[in-house]
Amino acid sequence: MAEIQQSSGGDKGGKKRAKKMSTRIDMTPMVDLAFLLLTFFILTASFNKPNVMQLTMPVKEKNPEEQTVLKASDAFTILMSENDKLYYYEGLLDKDVKPELKLSNYSADGIRKVLLARQRQNPKTVILIKPDDKSNYKNMVDILDEMNITNQTKYALVDVSKADEELIKSSGL
Amino acid sequence: MPKVKPHRTNPSLDMTPMVDLAFLLVTFFMLTTKFAAEEVVVVDTPSSTSDIKLPESNIIRLLVDKDKRVFFGFESDKAKGLLLDKIAAKYSLSFDAKQKKNFGNLNSFGVPVQQLGSLLSMSTEQRKKVTQGGIPIDSLNNQLIDWVMEARKANQEAIAKPTFIAIKGDNNADVATVKKVIQILQDKNINRFNLITDLENKPVVSR
Repeated sequence: MAEIQQSSGGDKGGKKRAKKMSTRIDMTPMVDLAFLLLTFFILTASFNKPNVMQLTMPVKEKNPEEQTVLKASDAFTILMSENDKLYYYEGLLDKDVKPELKLSNYSADGIRKVLLARQRQNPKTVILIKPDDKSNYKNMVDILDEMNITNQTKYALVDVSKADEELIKSSGL
Repeated sequence: MPKVKPHRTNPSLDMTPMVDLAFLLVTFFMLTTKFAAEEVVVVDTPSSTSDIKLPESNIIRLLVDKDKRVFFGFESDKAKGLLLDKIAAKYSLSFDAKQKKNFGNLNSFGVPVQQLGSLLSMSTEQRKKVTQGGIPIDSLNNQLIDWVMEARKANQEAIAKPTFIAIKGDNNADVATVKKVIQILQDKNINRFNLITDLENKPVVSR
């Protein structure tokens, strides 16, 4: 209560007067209610704004011959597989070239360190992200997020190829 | 001589300004808050460090849940009716006034367009009980692209502003479905997407 009732002292022996009623309204419940509503609306207002991550896919080239060919030395491939597994290799996979496949994970010490090291080594790196059909959407967002965290300039979502799948199988990782 | 007594006052507080302020704020928040409408399915979004906010309106939301279903949501109060008219014309269906009104209140849905009429006739309670199978995205029966294209056209006609396309996928949604949705849109030269995510703190990266 905002008002503290005071016992009226010093009226002993005096003439009994009619008690003056105060016209003041106790506003405490109203304040309580107002702040309750306020808290509720503040909380709901700030909580339902979702965040978005921008994803810009490359424009489809009409004739595939005109596309620039990616140099093997600039290429870096990330393969995403089931059970949150992550593989990567440097260079391009070709008929006669079998790059060394390495296993990594989504933690800060995993692929992020590799990406940063690679970036220092070759700033022109183009990262090919190949999500397997068995990987989930969370993995895809996580890896795109890593691209943002490590400030990669060139990366693309690419379909996984047969050769990539065979590489994973033969590597035994 | 009597002792001089200090005049006793009631220690009362005037709360009127506080009440004024509190109600002013309440009014402000009440008017600005937009309630999150209920989705047809629970979609648990992954988190990312991106801190871009989703725009308030003119969004086409494509929900992908963990059972490979795709749902369509459109946030534009003015163009929603127009969109339904366009779809009705395209699939030679007709919707009555009540169904149109319900479509305006519908946040997202995932049924083939042929079943949309019966879905819209239901009450909100009934609709919650129905399991919706998702919008067909097969190459033979691709209704999703019609919804997206017509929604873009409707929005352009109604308020002449571009629409954003936001993909809201579940943590366990499979990449194949998401990629298929992206593929479908890319076929129509839509190359920019927003992926709806939760916020996560950006880690410090040493170089």
